[in-house]
Amino acid sequence: MTEDPHSPHGAHAPSHAAPDPNAAEGSIFDGLLGGDTSQWAFGTDFEDPLAGVDTTVPDGVDAHDLAVYCLMLADDALVASQRLSEWCSRAPDLEEDIALANVALDLLGQARLLLARAAAADASVVPVLPEGSPVPPEDALAFFREAGDFRNVRLAEVPNGDFAHTVVRLLLLSCARLAVMERLAGSRDRVLAAVAAKAVKELAYHRDFAGRWFLTLAQGTEESRRRLLTALDQLWPLHDELFGSHAVERAVADAGVGGDPAEVAPEADVVLEQVLAMSGVERPDRQALAGVSGRTGRDGLHTEALGLMLAEMQVVARAHPSGRW
Amino acid sequence: MPTATSLTRDQAYDVARQVADPEMPMLTLADLGVLRSVEVDDAGVVVAITPTYSGCPAMATMRDDLVHRLRDAGFDDVRVRVELEPAWSSDWITERGRRALAEHGISPPGPAGPAGPVALRLLPTRRDLRCPRCGSDATEVTSEFGATACKALCRCTDCREPFEHVKEI
Repeated sequence: MTEDPHSPHGAHAPSHAAPDPNAAEGSIFDGLLGGDTSQWAFGTDFEDPLAGVDTTVPDGVDAHDLAVYCLMLADDALVASQRLSEWCSRAPDLEEDIALANVALDLLGQARLLLARAAAADASVVPVLPEGSPVPPEDALAFFREAGDFRNVRLAEVPNGDFAHTVVRLLLLSCARLAVMERLAGSRDRVLAAVAAKAVKELAYHRDFAGRWFLTLAQGTEESRRRLLTALDQLWPLHDELFGSHAVERAVADAGVGGDPAEVAPEADVVLEQVLAMSGVERPDRQALAGVSGRTGRDGLHTEALGLMLAEMQVVARAHPSGRW
Repeated sequence: MPTATSLTRDQAYDVARQVADPEMPMLTLADLGVLRSVEVDDAGVVVAITPTYSGCPAMATMRDDLVHRLRDAGFDDVRVRVELEPAWSSDWITERGRRALAEHGISPPGPAGPAGPVALRLLPTRRDLRCPRCGSDATEVTSEFGATACKALCRCTDCREPFEHVKEI
């Protein structure tokens, strides 16, 4: 696990000898390298995603609250990204496979920046790893927390169903997240504001993608409409949780740093209504899924599915907490 | 070899601006608009770059390429920092960059949308697209997502060839 496909210096013996760019007879990779041997080093190092960014916590906001709030935003993206990634090589066609992977990559990028921001705001949220472990804080947060420490909404974590299920989930998530990020672009926290400004642009593409497929499936064949309505009915009970404001969300919103999802609910709902109306689809008459003693995903209360998903996502990193990749 | 202090900011900028984008090597980092600043102080060179998309996997390669090229040019201490704001826009791709894209069969982006509330687009996004091979405007978007985060897949219905289009963001 310490070898790197790009590095000729892996500690373990690779399956074949790495080409030596300095070999007198040359190698088949010479053309790719353009004589620039520095390329052999790429990919062997971590970079701090916030290198050089001012991560000072703004006045008037509790650093721990800010960190937890960043975890909420990050975990929604990370968990949704992992579920979307499960489609790789399994989507209905190549274009959709590529599209879902692109959406997953955008969300993973947002998650990485937000996890790094959480760690920079309050290092106490980062799991402690063995002395000398090279795992950067954002990876420690992604790979070494238990399900009960994840703060994502439960809508993000439920297992994938068919393509219609993924379309409905992505539509509900991206309508809500885009509205929150539009608000956050004006955050007093410079890092959050910057992450949000970029996320808005990315989420606009995600929301359009999901909205167009929602319309297509709703107005497509009898079977596509049946599947879409089934997925909407299944996921609807998890929709309300996106807009329930947690005490931490309210606290950071009051401090001018966060966005209270309850406040953006009307904006998100207008967009969702547009999609439903165009598609000729009624809102399901389903009650919201209750929490347990008032606790929901934002409190670390999850469905069984999250633990199973994390087991797969985290297993390699956890097996090698001191590994160099 | 000259030392860092004997080299100027202009020299450093001249090296940095010529570094090619790892995913679209017909563009330099300056043409793509991700090279934000180059500063020289007593300690060395500080280069600021910004990601095109949050999950841009090319950031580490850009950093390594910048460090290597500047070291080759005699700058011993090179630091690359990430600048997250303002967020990159496809409007920052230079005219020269747009020509280079078109010459290499990639359709350059149109103007990015105005700031403010983001409208939902349920119908295909209207774009003034031209086939980079035959110049026809009889084109259609196959998918808003392509082989890299910044490109959409398109095809020309005249010459029947597929092509890529750098998305507006």
